Amino acid sequence: MSRLFMFEKPLGMRDTLPELYEKKYRVRTRMAETFKLWGYQFMETPTLEYYETVGAASAIHDAQLFKLLDKEGHTLVLRPEMTTPIARVAASKLLEEDLPIRLAYCANVFRSQQREGGRPAEFEQIGIECMNEDTVVADGEVIALLISSLKKAGLGQFQISVGHAGFAQELFVQILGTNGRATALRKFLYEKNYVGYREHVNALNLSSIDKQRMLKLLQLRGGEEVMDAAADMIEQGKGKQAISELTQLWSVIKDYGVEDHVKFDFSIVSHMSYYSGILYEVYAGNVGFPIGNGGRYHLLEKFGKKASATGFAVRLDMLLEALGSVPYETDTHCIFFSQERRREAFQLAQKLREQGKKTVLQNITGVRNLDAFTKRFIDTTYLIGGRSNE
Amino acid sequence: MNDFLTIAMPKGRIFEEAVELLRKAGYKLPPEFDDSRKLILDVPEESLRFILAKPMDVATYVEHGVADVGIAGKDVLLEEERDVYELLDLKISACYLAVAGLPNTKMNDVAPRVATKYPNVAEAYFREQGEQVEIIKLNGSIELAPIIGLSDRIVDIVSTGRTMKENGLVEYERIVDVTSRLIVNPVSYRIKDGQIDELVRRLHNVVAVEEF
Repeated sequence: MSRLFMFEKPLGMRDTLPELYEKKYRVRTRMAETFKLWGYQFMETPTLEYYETVGAASAIHDAQLFKLLDKEGHTLVLRPEMTTPIARVAASKLLEEDLPIRLAYCANVFRSQQREGGRPAEFEQIGIECMNEDTVVADGEVIALLISSLKKAGLGQFQISVGHAGFAQELFVQILGTNGRATALRKFLYEKNYVGYREHVNALNLSSIDKQRMLKLLQLRGGEEVMDAAADMIEQGKGKQAISELTQLWSVIKDYGVEDHVKFDFSIVSHMSYYSGILYEVYAGNVGFPIGNGGRYHLLEKFGKKASATGFAVRLDMLLEALGSVPYETDTHCIFFSQERRREAFQLAQKLREQGKKTVLQNITGVRNLDAFTKRFIDTTYLIGGRSNE
Repeated sequence: MNDFLTIAMPKGRIFEEAVELLRKAGYKLPPEFDDSRKLILDVPEESLRFILAKPMDVATYVEHGVADVGIAGKDVLLEEERDVYELLDLKISACYLAVAGLPNTKMNDVAPRVATKYPNVAEAYFREQGEQVEIIKLNGSIELAPIIGLSDRIVDIVSTGRTMKENGLVEYERIVDVTSRLIVNPVSYRIKDGQIDELVRRLHNVVAVEEF
């Protein structure tokens, strides 16, 4: 390995400089305040977890986990997402009373990058989990809160595409007969390979009606109207249940009055294999990757609690990109002082700070390039030379 | 710019066929399109913007969302494994990936070496055959490698087979058939669904007609 230069960081690691920090802070605060207004409580979990527990339960690919060893030789992972750690805490502590709980988090997660740059290996996720509440109304609440918080963060144009993990799988099982065959076909959807999907379907020994049903799945995208088309495609059982859940969801979302931001898409198959029901992704027009995703999952069962939960996570870095560049304006004052008027300067600074104004105190002899330095402040006060006539 | 659809096009061999296909699909592309040296071409009448990229890079532009859709060979998609939708087989620029080498030779038992522009495809293929090989990445003129003793085999694109023949190589195994595909960024697929569905529909009609 070549010698590292002193400025280098590990692949995918990024610094947050003050200007970006300030923007991030504002967006994070607005999202967090919205979560709190809806009664969600923030919590934290450790950065390190056991590979055997959280690492294995998490849906993030093994190759993307940062692993290390503790003194006893246990493999540890840097948490790759927050849902699994929170499920661990909830299942072992918070759900003892068997009541619905509403939790929120904001934390850095870690996913190692094998490939090129352009993707951070550490990024901040802000999200919520509504646990032990099995009704579709809870899924609707979570989506409505997602929309409300994104709006509060200042995002105007965005779309949430909602699908159902049970629909495609059930359709495939009904037509193909076995789970194994269904999973093989589902893989094409997961890999977004529609050409391969169509070739596979056309090569199967099926009636043309069944083939048409399978091919039509790829076109089930849009508003309320696709629900009827979907309902025609599936005969009974879990698939019908998926439709009924989505229909209920739509009416909950309409009651919240936020249906403008929601569309259906039956072809969404998440890489997050723990999603078991309603699932969705959030898109903003000017960012090439989803800025967030969510859904209903049964992850709690892996930690010994029979309950389901629903939640979402938004990537703060993607959200900031979607918000675009807002010009950064300083709102900080500066008082330059000389030694003889130091006490006066301190008193003035205290007064300004009590008024809530950000104030920097700067010894005038400590700055070499005064012109460049003053540009960083909204205004400046000079308390230098002889005493004033107060 | 938001109502423009940005299409990443592969420069070179596939470009002409792709332009012809788009014209057949009813998109009015200006004549100067064919021999321009510009890397970005706007066609405001159709609300389209074309960016011209190296074939191997098309999927990269689309994955990052700087292009909404792209036309890329299946070879590129297999090699790069980008997170994009592969919506349509355009059935143009047909060729295939194959294993080739000097006639009547065997791979080295201890350290079989394979030269290729497609290290991921080559490695995956030989692994599936139960063989562990050492991959040597080259960027072109792959046929040289076995001739001058750099490798035992090559994995490369074959369209007519002429280059291989003229250099005295023979094909050992055919790995996979390759045609160009229409690929789409997952976010664009949802946000610009109207424009993209229209493009897919029109291209699909042309492709389906040509099949018969």
